[in-house]
Amino acid sequence: MFKLLDGSQTLGRGRTFWSCFLAVLAAALIYPVFADSYDVGNFSYFLIWIFMALGLCLMWGYGGMLSFGQTFFFGIAGYAYGVLAINMGGGSATIAALVLSIVIAMMAAGILGYFMIWGGISGIFFGIVTLSATLVLAFFLGQTAGPEWRIGTARLNGFNGMKGMDPLTVGDFYIEGSALYYVMVALIVAVYIGLRILLNSRIGNVIVATRENPQRAEMLGYDIRKYQLLTFTIGSGLAGLSGALYTSWGQFITPSSIGLPAAAMPIVWVAFSGRSDLTATLVGSFLLLFGFQTITVYSQQAALVLMGALLLATVMLAPQGFVLGVGKLVADRWTGRRRRGANPALGQANGLQSNET
Amino acid sequence: MALVDVKGVTKRFGGLTAVSDVDLTVKAGEIHCLIGPNGAGKSTLFKLIVGLYPPTNGTILFDSVDVTEERPFARVQRGMSIKMQAPSVFKELPVRQNIQIALQKRVSGAKRDLEEDRLLALLNLEADSNKPAGVLSHGQQQWLEIGMALALQPQLLLLDEPTAGMSPEETFKTGELIKSFNAEGMTVLVVEHDMAFVRQVAQRVTVLHLGKIFARGSLEAIIQDEKVAEIYLGRTHGH
Repeated sequence: MFKLLDGSQTLGRGRTFWSCFLAVLAAALIYPVFADSYDVGNFSYFLIWIFMALGLCLMWGYGGMLSFGQTFFFGIAGYAYGVLAINMGGGSATIAALVLSIVIAMMAAGILGYFMIWGGISGIFFGIVTLSATLVLAFFLGQTAGPEWRIGTARLNGFNGMKGMDPLTVGDFYIEGSALYYVMVALIVAVYIGLRILLNSRIGNVIVATRENPQRAEMLGYDIRKYQLLTFTIGSGLAGLSGALYTSWGQFITPSSIGLPAAAMPIVWVAFSGRSDLTATLVGSFLLLFGFQTITVYSQQAALVLMGALLLATVMLAPQGFVLGVGKLVADRWTGRRRRGANPALGQANGLQSNET
Repeated sequence: MALVDVKGVTKRFGGLTAVSDVDLTVKAGEIHCLIGPNGAGKSTLFKLIVGLYPPTNGTILFDSVDVTEERPFARVQRGMSIKMQAPSVFKELPVRQNIQIALQKRVSGAKRDLEEDRLLALLNLEADSNKPAGVLSHGQQQWLEIGMALALQPQLLLLDEPTAGMSPEETFKTGELIKSFNAEGMTVLVVEHDMAFVRQVAQRVTVLHLGKIFARGSLEAIIQDEKVAEIYLGRTHGH
């Protein structure tokens, strides 16, 4: 099991990395003790989006499928949670609503993915089709303002959005504030560890092989379509998890959370962070969301412009991602220093070499 | 017994007929070479056999099963394995991982680790096992791809110009490697331009010309065929 956690497909290995991981986790766990409830609520909000970013990292960075439609599955699960929670009457049924809404998003991903992958759609066309799907859903939901647009007792409400659903609840206890924060942290740890294990397993080997050279992967006897569909479904399911948690957190969802600006956001987070690594995506997305939220307090337009500028800068200056680049640099320095520490002669030799060059 | 039976296969690309009404039989346990000048349709025929192209007409039997409509992965699962003309490896992944991906379908755990080491030693790639495959030389990439094809332990190994970019020593070594696997029962179908290599390994030869079967038989018979010499070998070649 530990071999799968520490495998070659994911950066960050060994005792030093896992010590840092535990230290960050410990800091995250004691944070609500010192922070006020408003900040804890805000942190929960940032963490909601991490699942969507990790899902895109899996699909795009590891699987080579650029999905522009993470918000499509976010929206499906978000609205599904609302409809189910309202119709099932709240309370503990909201937990079932959460699970079912993710299942619905994954089923939608299975159907859309089947037609795209078995139809041979790849590369830029994959992005175009998924973007079209999210735009169609956003436009459709935008025109559902009339009273006839209801599912059971849940009204869709057009651009004003759906509201009135209960947050996640166990018995009489609403999962809000610090409780929601802890649920988010636990879910992120579980998803992160789960994805690491998946990617370092045999399945992960085939996922990256398909990204690298699909024809060769097929010529080794793998039905790559099944692996692509699996990757797409899991990645979209994670977007669905974000969507359902978002609706539960705010007790509303609107079509604007599915539209074009929202659809571009996961691409920016993952590209800036470094799409080819889970840890870089986790850290980078959190930093960006934190920065975005901080700037949004003063000016939402300025925050959007900054996101666009960051995407441009990433494409031009660090196509593999800024956070990943910095992480590799730090790791190289650290490894080099430890090697020199273990072997002073090597340190001197390297020093001489660098002086000469 | 025929392991591969190609019957009346034609492949057209628009107005161009790359392969025309070809019948080809590869017997189980032989090394069969497919030769012919550039544009003869050798690589197209290879891709038809392995399923990368669907034929316009005709049928392809593998081990007496009609595989004409099957996708490449299904044919590989039946026992085919191919090394493409241009090196086709996972360039950004380490050499060892390339071998691992090829092996993991057949073996797992400690057995896979042992098999990885054995193959890397056989391919002389031990020292480069942690480098990305893309930084290897052209010849080394050819070796790696041959290793990945061999890792599947196929019934039929298809090699499209396996020695392109290799030195004479490497070419000879490749020939000996192929013969050693053939001696263990593996059937091999090779497309090759290098006649020294063909002489080294071939047990039967088929000559393709302008998409059609031009001649077939033992290497000696082919070399002595005047018409073959005219179209391909050159009149002075092989005498």
